[in-house]
Amino acid sequence: MRTTTTIPVVAFGLFAAALPAAAQDTLTVYTYESFTTEWGPGPAIEEAFEAECDCDLEFVSVADGVALLNRVRLEGENTEADIVLGLDTNLINDARETGLFAPHGISLDNIDVPGGFEDEIFVPFDYGYFAFVYDTEAIDTPPESLTELVEAGSELGIAIQDPRTSTPGLGLLLWIKAVFGEDAADAWSELRDNVVAVTPGWSESYGLFTRGEVPMVLSYTTSPAYHRIDEDTDRYRAAAFSEGHYLQIEVAGRTVKGQDNALAGEFLTFMTGPGFQDVIPETNWMFPAGRTSEPLNPAFDDLVEPAETLLFSPEEVAENRNAWVDEWLSIMSQ
Amino acid sequence: MTESNKAGAGVKLEGLLFSYPGGAEMHFDLSISASDRVALMGPSGSGKSTLLNLIAGFELPSAGRVMIDGRDVTGSPPHHRPVSMIFQENNLFAHLTVGQNVGLGRSPSLRLSAQDRAAVTDALARTGLGGKEKRLPNELSGGERQRVALARVLVRERPVLLLDEPFASLGPALRDEMLDLIAGLSDEQAMTILMATHDPGDAERLSGTLVFVEEGRIADFGRTQAFLSGWESPAFNSYLGARTGSR
Amino acid sequence: MTAFRAQRGRLAAGGAALAGIGLLLGGAFLGLAWEAAASWEGALAAFDGYLLRVTRFTLWQAGLSTILSVGPAILVARALARHPRFWGREFILQLFAVPLALPAIVAALGVLALYGRSGYFAPLFAATSGDMWPGIYGLSGILIAHVFFNLPLATRLCLASLETIPADQWRLSAQLGMGAFASFRFIEWPVLRASLPGIAGLVFMLCATSFTIVLTLGGGPGATTLEVAIYQALRFDFDPARAIALTLVQVALTGTIVLALARLGASTMGDASLPVASRRALFPGAGEKVLNTTLILLALLFVAGPMLATVVAGLAADLVRLAGERPVHQATLTSFILASLAAVLCLMVSGALIMTRRALELARGARIPGFLERMSDSGAAMVLIVPPIVIGAGWFILLLHFGDVFAFAPAMVVAVNAVMAMPFAVRVIRPAYDAASARHEKLCLALGISGWNRFRLVDWPALRRPAAVGFAFAMALSLGDLGVIALFGSDDVRTLPYLLLQRMGSYRTADAAGIALFLAILCLGLMFIAGRLGKSRT
Repeated sequence: MRTTTTIPVVAFGLFAAALPAAAQDTLTVYTYESFTTEWGPGPAIEEAFEAECDCDLEFVSVADGVALLNRVRLEGENTEADIVLGLDTNLINDARETGLFAPHGISLDNIDVPGGFEDEIFVPFDYGYFAFVYDTEAIDTPPESLTELVEAGSELGIAIQDPRTSTPGLGLLLWIKAVFGEDAADAWSELRDNVVAVTPGWSESYGLFTRGEVPMVLSYTTSPAYHRIDEDTDRYRAAAFSEGHYLQIEVAGRTVKGQDNALAGEFLTFMTGPGFQDVIPETNWMFPAGRTSEPLNPAFDDLVEPAETLLFSPEEVAENRNAWVDEWLSIMSQ
Repeated sequence: MTESNKAGAGVKLEGLLFSYPGGAEMHFDLSISASDRVALMGPSGSGKSTLLNLIAGFELPSAGRVMIDGRDVTGSPPHHRPVSMIFQENNLFAHLTVGQNVGLGRSPSLRLSAQDRAAVTDALARTGLGGKEKRLPNELSGGERQRVALARVLVRERPVLLLDEPFASLGPALRDEMLDLIAGLSDEQAMTILMATHDPGDAERLSGTLVFVEEGRIADFGRTQAFLSGWESPAFNSYLGARTGSR
Repeated sequence: MTAFRAQRGRLAAGGAALAGIGLLLGGAFLGLAWEAAASWEGALAAFDGYLLRVTRFTLWQAGLSTILSVGPAILVARALARHPRFWGREFILQLFAVPLALPAIVAALGVLALYGRSGYFAPLFAATSGDMWPGIYGLSGILIAHVFFNLPLATRLCLASLETIPADQWRLSAQLGMGAFASFRFIEWPVLRASLPGIAGLVFMLCATSFTIVLTLGGGPGATTLEVAIYQALRFDFDPARAIALTLVQVALTGTIVLALARLGASTMGDASLPVASRRALFPGAGEKVLNTTLILLALLFVAGPMLATVVAGLAADLVRLAGERPVHQATLTSFILASLAAVLCLMVSGALIMTRRALELARGARIPGFLERMSDSGAAMVLIVPPIVIGAGWFILLLHFGDVFAFAPAMVVAVNAVMAMPFAVRVIRPAYDAASARHEKLCLALGISGWNRFRLVDWPALRRPAAVGFAFAMALSLGDLGVIALFGSDDVRTLPYLLLQRMGSYRTADAAGIALFLAILCLGLMFIAGRLGKSRT
């Protein structure tokens, strides 16, 4: 019997050892999953910032942007996060209302995003336009508008993301609202036939797409740049939609807990400078929100230019998000 | 079945070889004349049941021939052999009525003609089960259940009847009654009977011939009376002695 | 006095075990009730069209899965029963026991690797239909995976009931010349009819409470079951009110099924004890032989396919790199520690309940069992009414009030997995304990051996082997589980199934396949050990 009593004790010891030790100078950044993968911006940014601050930058990742906000809400005041990176303008009102975020206290002079951006709490770090990216080997003539896509029927399989977890998923919801207005629900009922998979995060959808499981995926106008630059192929393109494209501005914020950590402020300043911004275009595959030290790769000049930029105000989104998501859920569960 | 079958049939086993996986080989040579009533006796595991199963076709020999009524039935499936068999139990389907259980002897899919139905009713009457046609087996006593099996044998009208310790679970009085019933009814169809039993009393009451089986062979063969009076076979005597001694 | 003291120790142990289970369930319901009281309007509002559709889909997919599993299972079981010496029959039956031990997430991956849009069969399907293979996300994927799990289970259960047909009845049917149809009608169907409601009910319940399969193969809100919806309401939506509404429906649903099963007298655990097939006189015609062989081979291919795909895809992964990865090491260590703790806790709780039940049984003599005895008897099985996700959800909501819920992950995983494995452990250990007690009870009283001494000297030697079986079983169950950890998991506390889910999510399919193979080997290894230990006991 001695063995059975010692096992738990030893096991708990081992377990405690397996948990990461809390170091003195650590900055904990919560972000979404595709940010921290080895081909995402995470590793390069970690290296650059750690060289500058002589500290330990630790990323904790969840599926996608909306899940990020939920995670922080679930943890409440006990959150480990100093910085939450990867919310977007659609979420900043909800995020602000949690009371878990503190003013950034830095200058946003370096920031240059379409339509401009002013906020006491959140700092933009990149932006992009949602678009459907397609495989030219599977689709000869892509739809030329959102309306055409909606009417395409089940012939055209797409992967999208869940607006309950993912900022692109929420972006599509808003895009369709912006284009179809009152008729958005009908548009979704029609679009439902095309939807092969609804994934919790962007990376799962994009994975289905690159594996050839779906010929078209909800992503960004900038996504083809990745295939052009890294894979030297024109095979994957974004479809330009005549109604215009919905804009996403991704932001980061300092938590109340991070207020006490000097590294948090340092990180936000670093984020708006070239050390961070240089990494973004060719790892996160978005447009930088601040100045980069060199011009972007010409592949970025060759992308779909939105005929019109669509964007709801954060207040409008905050007011309607729950109702619109419920409506979406109700249609998609049929 | 036709009238011609009511003449009984001889059973002949010629050089039958058989073994269960991993078991010793059994070897049977035996000739039984038409309408004889034979008791198979021998220790447990000696091969009595196997012998019956080989005749019925439930087991197939690795060599040798089974001849019934002069016909080689070695390769025939059980239902093509002129044989009926009554087991110790499980002779009836619990969810079918007495009448249906007997009716299966005429048609395995229970498609019965008026003539078949009449035969069923008649067989039940002759086995003392008149009026119990609609009963289910679990409403009957053990003895009555074996009578139903017997009634089915009657409607099948096969010339050979195999009995595998059919009354082991019945009391002595009931056994005698059943044995007499079988003797009487089998006379009508001049059946050849082989009965495996442990009870010398059963053998004496029913059989004229006794076959002693030991270690997968026919150890001895002769008149029942001669065996039971003790001057036929020392091996048989010691088997009986061991049995009585063990009681 | 000695007798009384001996009982008191055992009663205290059982009381503590029941209190522990009560705390686990009670805490969950307290969490739900608390939140419901705080936001009852929200909970009420969540009884909406979405809830209705999710419930409908849950029942619909469970019903279809049951029909598709049990229907063919009858035919396959019958084919196996009619060919007791079919070549490789033993192997097939062994293989059919494997899905029971295979973690659902591994099976889901195997099914995807085989039938997915870029699976091994995709080129074949595309060539035959002339169109691009649409893949199996959604209902079709769920059904395939459910049938993969439940066809073998139902086959084994049907076969077990067919094996109860006495050999004489097969002989009788051969002598009477019954064909395949007549012998099905008169011999096989009556036996099957008696056991089918129980088998179908069990399969229905397993499919209605299936979480991992629906989570990984559902492909969106159109194919979501109650359990997955509960998970999404908490982890996606941060909507406890909706989670409560969903949970209530889920508990009502499983409660109804479990009660119905109990009335049928059916097993809620789905184990088939298959004796070696007796020799039976069967003479199927040539046509039937071909048909049965085809049926058996088809079932074999269907069941073996995803397993083979798991192995092939797993071996294709960069196993060397995976073996050197820190997250894999950590997840393996975490999995082993949590599973071992769960297994230890499971044994302690099961043992306490078993001893209490026996002590109460002895104390009451011929009187009617009291409440405590009944609780320690069937009470163990009643935990199956409350699915792990529901317990997890309740505690998740409760713990929200006490800080970082994710910090409670290890405790929750251990507790819930221990309780979930308990009914199985009880069934393994109880017969051994009761038998040992029947032999030794009087002697112990006479010699005054009680308490710890009695456990050490008398009970433990008899229990060692069944306890080891229970331990291996509980550990395998816990190792492969993706229920509570899906709710509570985070980068800090990752088990192997959770890591697997994450790798699947971040389209590192090859990694996922490698981990799946590793996990499958671990679980099957443990089950194999449990089986060996269980068998060598005489």
